[in-house]
Amino acid sequence: MINTTTQVPLSSVRTGQKVRLAGIYAGAGLKSRLAAMGMVPNTEIFVVSNGSPGPFVVAVKGCRIALGRGMAHKVMVRRGPNQGSP
Amino acid sequence: MTDVIKIALAGNPNSGKTTIFNALTGSRQHVGNYPGVTVEKKQGTCLRRGGRIEVVDLPGTYSLTAYSVEELLARNFIIDEHPDVVVDIVDSSNLERNLYLATQIIELNVPLVLAFNMSDVAKQRGYMFDLPKLAQLLGAPIVAMVGTRSEGIDELLDTVLDVACSGAASGANRIRYGGEVEEELTRIEAHLDAENGLVARYGKRWLALKLLENDKEIVGMGHSPRVLDTVRLSRAHLSAIFGEDAEIIIAERRYGFISGACHEAVQSSTELRHDMSDKADAILTHPILGLPIFIVLMYLVFQLTFTVGEYPMRWLEHFFAFSGRILTACWPGDPGPLYSLVVDGIIGGVGGVVVFLPNILLLFLAIAFLEDTGYMARAAFIMDHIMHKIGLHGKSFIPMLIGFGCSVPAIMATRILENRRNRLTTIMVIPLISCGARFPIYMMIIPAFFPGRKGLVLCLIYFIGIVLAIVLARLLRFTLLKGETIPFVMELPPYRLPTLRGLLIHTWQRGWMYVRKAGTVILAISIVIWAATSYPKADAASLRDLTPREARTVELQHSVVGRIGRALAPAMEPLGFDWRISTSLVGAFAAKEVFVSQMGIMYSVGDAETGGEALRARLQADYTPLQGFCVMLFCLISMPCVATIAMTRQETGSWRWALLQLFGLTALAYVITLAVYQVGRIVA
Repeated sequence: MINTTTQVPLSSVRTGQKVRLAGIYAGAGLKSRLAAMGMVPNTEIFVVSNGSPGPFVVAVKGCRIALGRGMAHKVMVRRGPNQGSP
Repeated sequence: MTDVIKIALAGNPNSGKTTIFNALTGSRQHVGNYPGVTVEKKQGTCLRRGGRIEVVDLPGTYSLTAYSVEELLARNFIIDEHPDVVVDIVDSSNLERNLYLATQIIELNVPLVLAFNMSDVAKQRGYMFDLPKLAQLLGAPIVAMVGTRSEGIDELLDTVLDVACSGAASGANRIRYGGEVEEELTRIEAHLDAENGLVARYGKRWLALKLLENDKEIVGMGHSPRVLDTVRLSRAHLSAIFGEDAEIIIAERRYGFISGACHEAVQSSTELRHDMSDKADAILTHPILGLPIFIVLMYLVFQLTFTVGEYPMRWLEHFFAFSGRILTACWPGDPGPLYSLVVDGIIGGVGGVVVFLPNILLLFLAIAFLEDTGYMARAAFIMDHIMHKIGLHGKSFIPMLIGFGCSVPAIMATRILENRRNRLTTIMVIPLISCGARFPIYMMIIPAFFPGRKGLVLCLIYFIGIVLAIVLARLLRFTLLKGETIPFVMELPPYRLPTLRGLLIHTWQRGWMYVRKAGTVILAISIVIWAATSYPKADAASLRDLTPREARTVELQHSVVGRIGRALAPAMEPLGFDWRISTSLVGAFAAKEVFVSQMGIMYSVGDAETGGEALRARLQADYTPLQGFCVMLFCLISMPCVATIAMTRQETGSWRWALLQLFGLTALAYVITLAVYQVGRIVA
C-alpha cells in the first residue's frame, strides 16, 4: 500500500514529463481545493510548462492548472508510469 | 405541479454556466449580491408549459466544502432554500473533473439534472457518451447541450419539469467510499442524536460524511462530545491505515467512482485536447513575452474605457447642460429655490450619476471579453508573482489599474475576484490609486508651486498613492481581513471565442445594476450636498453691492458647507490648511475635482477653466509650496467621493465597509499630512 519509490517535489519535474501525485504538504483547505480540482493521490500529472522561475502549468484529468512556484514545491510526486497502487 | 418552480444552477467555473443561465432567462434576470457577503447572486425567470421557472445561478465552484464562502453559499442554498431541482452544468469535454461537483450534489440527496454542456466540443475531441447508462450510474437524468448555440435548452427545461413533478432525489447512497470508510460512517451515524435538529435538516449519512471530512461548518454545529470523540477516533483510524487525511481519501474515492462510471459509459477515441490553447499559451504566458503582451492589452482596456468613453461622456455632459438651459429658458417667473433644486440639484445629480455609465459599460465589455475568451485566467497567472507579494490575487491588478481612471468602475471590476477577502481588500485600497478626478487638483497646484519640477512632483503623488495602497492592502490582510493567503492555484480554461450575446448581456447587467443601486445613492447624496452648499441663504441686503462672483463667495461661506469648513479650520490648521481650503475639501466630497471650482469660488475668481491663472496667482500669494503639496496629499488619501462610497456600500453589501473606508482613509490622510507638514516646516 505504501509506496517506497522516491518522492520529489513537483517543482523539480521538467516540462513534458509525466508523474504521479504522492502527497501534498499543505493546510487542509488547500489540500481539499486541489483534491476538488482532481489532484488526489495517484493522479497522473503532466507538466505542461515548468515556467521556472515563474508559475507552473500542469495537466490533471484533462484540465490545465496553474500553480504558484511555492505551491509546486509542496506537491510531492513519484516518477515513472503506474507505480502507484490502484 | 405548482405554478412556480425554483431551480438552482450549479457548476464548475468555466463550465459555461453563465451562458446557459443567459440562454434560459434572456433579459429577464437581475444581478445582486448574497445578503451580507460580497458574492454576486444572479436570478432570473423563464416560462415553460405555462408555468414560471425561477432560476438562481449559484457561484461557480469545484466542490461543496466549507473552505470558501462561495462553496458554502452554494451548498446552503441547496440545503436551505430547497430548490425543486438542482441543475448541474457539466463541461462534458472535461467530464471527470466536472463530475466531482456532481458527486457532492448527489450526496446532498436532492432532485438533480445533469446538463452535459459543450457536447459539440466533446464530440470533436472524440468522446462518445452512453448517456442512458451514465444517467443510471449517476442516478440523475442527463441532457446533452451546446449552451453557446442554445441547443438543448427546451429539452433541459422539460427534463427539469419532469423531475420537479416526480420530486425524485438522486439517491445519496449511490456513491460508496470503500469498506473502511463506510464502517466509520456507520459508526458515526449510530452516535448522531436526532434531538438537535441537524439530522432532520441534513440527513444522517451526509452529516456523518461531513463530520468525517472535518467540515468546519458542520463540526462547529454543537454536536455532543460523544459524537465528536467518535469522529476523532474514526479520522485517526483512517489516517493510520491510508497515511492520508480522511477528506483526501473520500475525495479520492469520489474520483474513483467517477472514473468507474466513465470507464463503463464513455469511450474516447483520441487524446487530443488543449492543442490550440497550448500553442496560444506558449506565446501569451511566455516567461518573457507574457508580461509585455499583458501590458499592451491592459493599455487597450484602459484606453477603451477612458479615451473612447470620453466621447459619450461629453455628449451626456452637453445633453445635461442643454437640458439645464432649456429649463432656464422655459422657467416661468423668477428663478427661485425650486429652480435651483431642479437645475443644480437634480439635473446636476442625475448627470453626475449617468456620466460614469459609458466608462462602466465599456470597461465591462472589455472585461467580459477577457473573461469569456479565457485570457483573464492567464492575466492572473502573469501578474500573480507580483500581486502575491502584496497579499492580493493576480486578478486584483485589473481593478487597481482601472482605479487610475476612476474608482467607481474599478470597485465594480473587483467582481472578477472570486475570493471575498481579496475582493474586500482590493475595494478598500482602490481609492488610494489616484483617479482622473484628482488630476485637475494637481494641475491647479503643481504649476503654481513647482513650475520647474512638474513631472517629478506629479509622479511623486501617484507613487505615494500606489505605495500607500500596497502598504494598506498588506496591513488589511494581516488584520481585519486575515486568513490563509491562498497560494496560487487556478484552472487555465481552453481559449474560446466569446458570443456577442454573452458579451452584451454581461455588459448590460453591470450597467443597469450601477444605475439602479449605486446611482440612486449617488443621486441622493449629491442632492444633500447641493443643499448644503446652497443653504442657508445669505440675506439679500448683504449681497447688494457685490459683483456676482463676490456674491457667490459670500453665499458659499454662509452655507452649511462653508460653516462646516470654518468649524473644521482649527483642526485643519496643523496640516497647513486655512478655512478656504477646509471649505473646499468639504465640498469636494461630491466629486474630487469640485475642490478646484470651490477654491475658485472662495477667491471669487470664477471657474478653473476661465480663471486658472488668476486662481494660481492667488494661491502663490497665500500659500507655501509645502502647503500646496499637503493639499494634494490630503486630496489623494482622504475622503473618497460620494460615488466611490456609494459603490463600496453597494459592492460590499454593508455600510460598515463604506464608512470604514470613508473615515479610515480620512484619518490616514490626516495623520500623514500632519506629519509631512510639521516635519516639512522644521526642515524648511
